[in-house]
Amino acid sequence: MIEFDDVVKTFPDGTTAVDHLDLTIPDGAITVLVGPSGCGKTTSLRMINRMIDPTSGQIRIDGKPVGDSDPADLRRGIGYVIQAAGLFPHRTVVDNVATVPILAGTPKKKARAQARELLDRVGLRPELADRYPAQLSGGQQQRVGVARALAADPPVMLMDEPFSAVDPVVRDDLQQEFLRLQGELGKTIVMVTHDIDEAIKLGDHVAVFAEGGKLAQFAPPDQLLADPTGDFVSGFVGRDRGYRGLSFTTAEHLPVEPADTVVEGLRLALDSDGRALGWDGDGQSRLPTEGTFTATDTMRRVTDLAILSPAGAAVRVDGSGRVDGLVRHAVVAEHLRTRQLERLRSHGRSTTGAEG
Amino acid sequence: MEFFSDLVEYLEINYSTVLEALRDHLYIGLVPVVIAFVLSLPLGFLVVRYGWLRVPLLTLSSVLYTIPSLALILVIPGILSTNILDPNNVVIALTIYGLALLVRTTADGLSSIDPLIVQAATAMGYKPVRRWFAVDLPLALPVVLSGLRVATVASVSMASIAALVGIGGLGQLFTRGFQLGFYPPPIVIGLVLSVALAVVADLVIVLVQRAVTPWTRLRQGA
Repeated sequence: MIEFDDVVKTFPDGTTAVDHLDLTIPDGAITVLVGPSGCGKTTSLRMINRMIDPTSGQIRIDGKPVGDSDPADLRRGIGYVIQAAGLFPHRTVVDNVATVPILAGTPKKKARAQARELLDRVGLRPELADRYPAQLSGGQQQRVGVARALAADPPVMLMDEPFSAVDPVVRDDLQQEFLRLQGELGKTIVMVTHDIDEAIKLGDHVAVFAEGGKLAQFAPPDQLLADPTGDFVSGFVGRDRGYRGLSFTTAEHLPVEPADTVVEGLRLALDSDGRALGWDGDGQSRLPTEGTFTATDTMRRVTDLAILSPAGAAVRVDGSGRVDGLVRHAVVAEHLRTRQLERLRSHGRSTTGAEG
Repeated sequence: MEFFSDLVEYLEINYSTVLEALRDHLYIGLVPVVIAFVLSLPLGFLVVRYGWLRVPLLTLSSVLYTIPSLALILVIPGILSTNILDPNNVVIALTIYGLALLVRTTADGLSSIDPLIVQAATAMGYKPVRRWFAVDLPLALPVVLSGLRVATVASVSMASIAALVGIGGLGQLFTRGFQLGFYPPPIVIGLVLSVALAVVADLVIVLVQRAVTPWTRLRQGA
């Protein structure tokens, strides 16, 4: 657990980067600090490993104030991933990864052997180990950056815009891979980004910072989308937040109608295995279903299918692909309305924007 | 060819003198570069670390570099009370020139490092001194060693001036040739050896550079 306790950072030129920040970052989860430039998110991140010391207030990791530790020792126990990887250009990939263990006194040979294992873990081919960073693509470099941060197996990892220097396709791969890796490792991760979509995609918790170093909201991403506190956060979260929020709920509680229900004059045609063939009706040609969903798919997919369906109904299948029900979009809409109502009532929010 | 037979004859007779001149030249020309190189590292560090030192230190080195070498060599015994014929007068003078060149290139090399990489190193848990030797210095080496090549070649060629104040080195072969009524063999021998020495010294640095900075010669590849 990382606690910010009334932390203020004022720079010598008089600007307040972080303004009385109180924040508790939970263990074993990804917490994303997001906000416009100059909002103090990077300053906050760097105060955790004492790259910057606060003007006042205290930061504690597992109850221990970071100010009590020698900065170098503290940093060796905290993984750090930097924008554009920040790899050492004069060291091979394996030596880059072995940096922190060697600093901490692990024999070189052992540190290198462990580094090679880590490269495999972040999805890099073993023959890349002896190359220099300049010989790698941006995405590969970023993987090396993650491997280097993981090398000493630190419980806490800080990531400063880790995926911003790669193109969107590679970024998406890296993000998926990062989530998979975190699923295995369960580190306490604090990440900074200016990209709200990345924050919502990766964060278990998202801290939205406003200009002037104030924390505007700290919440899980689905709550951030469904219930932003005030104009700044709702403006920052952006358009389509209702629709984007559908990614965070699965279709498991969505009621279904029998597969043979006639919807808007159309009936679902099935093959002998019970798989969907298309919609029949009026003696016209068969119309496509545009895909199917399972109970573990997101509400976003279900909504999308219902909108695309000529019958206005999404087709649910079981694990083996056999149709086991239909959901009309009116049902989807009603399900979502009830959910949103419950959510707003449970947080006790009124239209004035005060948080309950 | 009469010239070549003269050359061979001169070498046969003055074999040991030529060797001695070469040895002196090596000492006078190369020792200053080594000293200047070692001194330029902390000075370059100071220039980069304390920004306010940059202008005064680099201006001072430029000014020192403009002092005529002969004047400097003649002034040093007066300041340091060394013997006027002490070869170290030349060594000190050439060290000052070498330093004037190298402080600038070392400072340039150190300030050319991507601050993001230095930051990353700090965030990994490097303490300042270890970081400087493990990260800053190696990354500055390509620029620093380029400067060292220039300083070395300049120093080896400038070392000939020592002969004008009666100190050894290959320059002595030039003065000998003039004294003998512009007799070519010693002049040519001195010239060839001086150039060869500069080329070999330069080559050695290039080889060292290739060995210690392998990452600078890479192209992005699969």
